[in-house]
Amino acid sequence: MDKRFVYLDHQATTPVLEEALQAMLPYFREAYGSPSSLHRYGLQVREGLKEAREQIARMINAESEEDLIFTSNGAEAANLAIKGFAEANQRTKGNHFVVSATEHPSVLNSVEFLTKHGFEVTQVPVDILGRVNPEDVRQAITSKTALVAVHLVNHDIGTIQPIKEIAAITAEKGVAFYVDAVAAAGWMPIDVRDLGVQLLSFSPHRFYGPKGVGILYRNRKARVTSHIHGGVQEGGRRAGTENVPAIIGAGVAAEVAVRDMAKRVEHVFALQKRLYAGLWKNIEYIKLNGPEPGPLRICNQLNLSTEFIEGEGQLLLLDINGIAVASGSSCVSKSLKVSHVLSAIKLDHALAQGNIIMSLGKDNTAEDVDYVIEAFPKIVHKLRNMSPMWKEFEDGVIDSVIKPTGRGKSFTQHAADISGKPAH
Amino acid sequence: MKETKEYTLYNDTVMDHFLNPRNMGDVQEADGVGEVGAAACGDIMKISLKIRDGKIEDARFKTFGCGSAIASSSMATELIKGRTLEEAKNFSNQEVVDALGGLPPVKIHCSVLAEEALKAAIEDYEAKQSGKSSTSPVTASV
Repeated sequence: MDKRFVYLDHQATTPVLEEALQAMLPYFREAYGSPSSLHRYGLQVREGLKEAREQIARMINAESEEDLIFTSNGAEAANLAIKGFAEANQRTKGNHFVVSATEHPSVLNSVEFLTKHGFEVTQVPVDILGRVNPEDVRQAITSKTALVAVHLVNHDIGTIQPIKEIAAITAEKGVAFYVDAVAAAGWMPIDVRDLGVQLLSFSPHRFYGPKGVGILYRNRKARVTSHIHGGVQEGGRRAGTENVPAIIGAGVAAEVAVRDMAKRVEHVFALQKRLYAGLWKNIEYIKLNGPEPGPLRICNQLNLSTEFIEGEGQLLLLDINGIAVASGSSCVSKSLKVSHVLSAIKLDHALAQGNIIMSLGKDNTAEDVDYVIEAFPKIVHKLRNMSPMWKEFEDGVIDSVIKPTGRGKSFTQHAADISGKPAH
Repeated sequence: MKETKEYTLYNDTVMDHFLNPRNMGDVQEADGVGEVGAAACGDIMKISLKIRDGKIEDARFKTFGCGSAIASSSMATELIKGRTLEEAKNFSNQEVVDALGGLPPVKIHCSVLAEEALKAAIEDYEAKQSGKSSTSPVTASV
């Protein structure tokens, strides 16, 4: 099979849609005014921003386009949701937060920051598929709880959370609910009114919009205080001249995402199932992390672990073969720690090390997927030949986690024995 | 982004040793075997040695780990072949880093793992030798 270039990292980012790019271009050199200016240059751009705001509000069925705050990216939107809400509601609502254990670092680290400033946090665990039990959220809520934060789709293992059920509980308890929808937006319909959430953030570059803009939806029931101080842009909730071209592109990307949603979802879901079936047919000792493709999993990605080998080597060899993927293994992370999501679902350390994430997009084809299905087993084979663990498994020194034979000790135990320290 | 440029995570030497590892495998009837794990990241490296007349005649590796761990073990086995045991005992990870033309700071520990695997293999060899000398001194020779 001839070498192809197959981009399977759409969870990291996507290329900008042609329609979005064309809409953006005039805002660099022709309509370059600042939307805060009161002359024709400014007013022209202000109108463009308003239209983009309306397009994005329609995407999530917001009550009003005034409920949207443009930030510089999804992480900033999450920071504003958590820290901005904490600041605005500390005196009236309380200083306690409830978050799931598998939130994105932009949420977890924002909450951790707050714990250094007098706030308290309860982390709700997830099950082995990464799902939050709404009843656990109910149990975690106290009289001092100000905010509950649970993501809509997990950024790592694709698990879809029971947001409506959790929202029913937060409504009953009178607690605000913030949903990080970055991994969901563009790949499943989002209706903030139907979900019953007060705050929700997402990032247009994940659905063919440009980088450099993030969005925080917050309705009138959820006040947030700016943590970027300056002028009164975004209703005083986020100072600084707006990234106008990016917002214009985001508006178009949102409109097209709504228009093409059914088509895109059908297309990537078919590829997801094809990739899953093909890889599992061709590779032994491989495990899916998160739910099976279907109603509990986002349609555009697979998170898998190949046993006895490490993730970065797989990523590098896939890249050499033209295939771009991600990994949550410790070797890939700058912190040398495996993904906290894989830890939270209690994935064996050995399997967390062999982690690979493949995320599909609208432009991937069945031929792309077939190419990956053919190339990946060869890569796994090459790395297993290089791995002492594979031989030790064959010799019965260590056992497989995925398909235990009953012979030998666990890989994790073996690793701890020879390194003198338990693996983390 | 220039279309013609190849973008790789590591430099050409590291990529070469990762893609075309030297001395990958196990020495048959090895005189010393060292298997070590990195507490920092969970990587595992195994080096096996053939030793004759106080010199490392052959060295082979197997590695469970990232690209730089595989490249480090490949380079380490290349470097130590032909060295005396005394020289090998003074082997430093810095030699691997230099020979590879540098590693990213977060990956320096991969080269340390190669040094540790080599030293563990030598220790294993020496332990076997002293075991031999205590039980059957006649055959004890290096």
